[in-house]
Amino acid sequence: MSEKTVIPAQAQLVVIGAGPGGYAAAFKAAELGLQVTVIDPEANPGGVCLHRGCIPSKALLHVSKLVNEAAESVAIGVTFAKPKIDVDKVRAWKDEVVGKLTGGLGMKIQHKKLTYVRGMAQFTSATTLSVTAVDGTVGEMTFEQAIVATGSRPIMLPGVEPGSERIIDSTGALELADVPASLLVVGGGYIGLELGSAYQGMGSKVSVVEMTNGLLPGCDRDLVSVLKRRLDVKFDAIMLNTKVAGLKEMKTGVQVTLEDKKGEKTTQKFAKVLVAIGRRPNTEDLGFDRAGIELDEKGFVKVDGQRRTAAANIFAIGDIAGEPMLAHKAYAEAAVAAEAAAGRKAVYDPRAIPAVVFTDPEIAWCGITETEARAAKRKVKTAKLPWRGVGRTLTLGREDGITKLIVDPETELVLGVAVAGPGAGELIAEGVLAIEMAAVASDLRGTIHPHPTLSETIYEAAEMLFKP
Amino acid sequence: MAQEIRVPEVSDGVTEGLVISVAVAVGDKVEADQTLLEMETDKAVVAIPSPFAGTIAEIRVSEGETVQVGAVIMTGEPGGGEAAAPVPAEEPAAEPSAAPAVASAVEPEPEEAPAAPEPAPAPAPTQVADVDLTPVREGERVAPAAPSVRRLSRDLGVDIYQVQGTGPGGRISEEDVRLFVRETMQRITGGGPAPAVTGEFPGLHAQRPLPDFSKWGGVTQEPMSKVRSITADAMSYAWSTIPMVTQYDKADITELEEFRKEFNSKVDPAGKLTMTAILVKICAAALRAFPQFNSTLDLARRELILKDYVHIGVAVDTPGGLLVPVLRDTDRKGIETLAVELNEMAAKTRERRMSPADLEGGSFTISNLGGIGGTAFTPIVYAPQVAILGVSRAGMEPVWDGSQFNPRLVMPLSLTYDHRVIDGADGARFLRWICQAIEKPINLVMKG
Repeated sequence: MSEKTVIPAQAQLVVIGAGPGGYAAAFKAAELGLQVTVIDPEANPGGVCLHRGCIPSKALLHVSKLVNEAAESVAIGVTFAKPKIDVDKVRAWKDEVVGKLTGGLGMKIQHKKLTYVRGMAQFTSATTLSVTAVDGTVGEMTFEQAIVATGSRPIMLPGVEPGSERIIDSTGALELADVPASLLVVGGGYIGLELGSAYQGMGSKVSVVEMTNGLLPGCDRDLVSVLKRRLDVKFDAIMLNTKVAGLKEMKTGVQVTLEDKKGEKTTQKFAKVLVAIGRRPNTEDLGFDRAGIELDEKGFVKVDGQRRTAAANIFAIGDIAGEPMLAHKAYAEAAVAAEAAAGRKAVYDPRAIPAVVFTDPEIAWCGITETEARAAKRKVKTAKLPWRGVGRTLTLGREDGITKLIVDPETELVLGVAVAGPGAGELIAEGVLAIEMAAVASDLRGTIHPHPTLSETIYEAAEMLFKP
Repeated sequence: MAQEIRVPEVSDGVTEGLVISVAVAVGDKVEADQTLLEMETDKAVVAIPSPFAGTIAEIRVSEGETVQVGAVIMTGEPGGGEAAAPVPAEEPAAEPSAAPAVASAVEPEPEEAPAAPEPAPAPAPTQVADVDLTPVREGERVAPAAPSVRRLSRDLGVDIYQVQGTGPGGRISEEDVRLFVRETMQRITGGGPAPAVTGEFPGLHAQRPLPDFSKWGGVTQEPMSKVRSITADAMSYAWSTIPMVTQYDKADITELEEFRKEFNSKVDPAGKLTMTAILVKICAAALRAFPQFNSTLDLARRELILKDYVHIGVAVDTPGGLLVPVLRDTDRKGIETLAVELNEMAAKTRERRMSPADLEGGSFTISNLGGIGGTAFTPIVYAPQVAILGVSRAGMEPVWDGSQFNPRLVMPLSLTYDHRVIDGADGARFLRWICQAIEKPINLVMKG
């Protein structure tokens, strides 16, 4: 066994949680000259994103993509043998990807001379913490400033025993214990659809059950429509307006009682059930009340424009500081909080936070959505370009996709950009930049886009706004 | 009576489309032309508008379904609310070309547009006092500025929402922020966009931002009159540029006042002799005796401009404010003449019949508040003059004559002078000279 953990008695800045928000804040603060201590239970930084979220799910989606492309290439005259999935090897590769990235961050912690304490922390006041290391060492620590970035965790359906092998959450799904013959995804949000897609590619028969009347609630319907057309083919069933009324774990699977809009109940059996009905911020057991940190009515930490909590020397960033619960939002908040902690005048004021659903096709959007504009009764002008006539799409063997621009009818300022189609996640960055820079539609039209690429659809959509 | 809503002819050769989004739900109130659903055809994404204002009764299609042109997609009850009579369906514009066509749509403005679109300002975020935190206005319409420009604005302490962008779509550039700072500074520290009043130097109109007085009670605003505004400028300028000293003295006017009363009993009102007229003559003589009091300092050239003329301004209280008409060549006129001129000039001034030229060219000023009262005051030099005489109310005082106190009529005088030009000893001598001349007018001829 290695030596006992040393818990420093004091820190100028303590960062609690080493996910994307925490490690980004720690590195930034160290760059700005603060003496930083990071506390996280994992051996290496990374948080949900690297250990149990964005990164491993993208690795599995890559597998799914290879399988689907190989199968679909028959249509263009290329036939592969039916793929064999070596689950152990896929898992090992996924773990290797995660290990490389988190190990890299661990090296960076050492390189930048940050203090890393593997453990958990609890506020005992607005300037003191009680730290319990994973090896059992307990210590008190005083700090001048703190950045709390404790993230979020999946919500489980009530009544499900933790540790169930057949009823799993996203964490369980990403562990990839096996590829079940059938999988029911509860929740038609982005996590359910991404993981469902990954398992579909690896061979599971995937069904989705969603309580509301559409997939990806909140996302514009025209974008969802592009995805749904393909998922209707790839998935066994997409059951909208349907609730899970009961789950019964059996030896060979899970018996699920589904209840549709009219109240009619049916029972189906699935090898596994993936519950992806949302995430909850980790705000409990941290001693927030003793530090004077307050929560809002939705359970997120109340923060100001610099991400300061009600206790002015303590910042909160990332999933605990409000929607959207996305790593890149946490990065941005991390930079602001670290700068503010170092006495700079940084303020968190993004104009657009991109959202990407890494399904196939991908869906990505930023800025205002049509749905939001409609709800706010805001006048907007839109241009929608279907991809079916776009050269690059066709050469990829695809024709599903749409690029949408939402602009202010008076000023032509770009208010929102949305893309559905393969590679949408990469394309959306241009939209984010356009909105942040306060670009007008003419700017997008006046920018030369490379041919033949999917990025041309943004140019062409802008062009549509100027046609008589 | 429910009306059917059908897919209109959207474009030449288009016979069907794929429903990609349904924008309304059963029971929704819709306006005429409001988008009901969007349909992707071979050529474009087309918005299908509502042919009437009313309520959606039934939706017969769902997302992902292919519908034929002419097919019934929904039914609805026209009317309800303030909606007008049914409006015939308008075909959405679509290009009959092979290229993907435009499908841009401006969302119809709801008839019941919110009356007060300005949302209440978000509660001020808790902040640490020494951090200049530019308000974050999430949710509101945002100021169109790049992140680098917003950061600059924050660093300079500028509320970006007050900056007028000059770029396309009102985009705020770095230059716009700098211009805003420049203009704000000019407005606060002087000059400003309209320096027409004097334009003498920045700082003249120095003013800190005013608090919101309505917090404490009712207020009304009145524009400054021209006279008030000129006075304000002149006084601010003098006060902020001239190091001034006020010298006080007293003159025994017992005999002079007797003479004045006797004289006035014999002349007609137009020629009435005032104490001011006498003081004009005495000051004229004093200015001849002390030429540096009849000068102007040119600091830029490091010169003292001495005047060969003695034009004396007399402060006149008018209903429109303080005015200072000028009596010319006072050293070359007798007191009788000066008295007539002063009476006439004062009357003209009070009636605002004087010409602007009458107010110009003074080389010294007398301000007599004796008619109102007061024991002493410190007048402010009227730049570019270098001295001003203040006169307060005369009163009976016991004066020691070496063996006893005698009741004497004594007039308090105060002389303010520009210390850059005049030293204290000279100031005292000048005022003493005036007092002696008042007390023993023979001095006027002896020394003048």
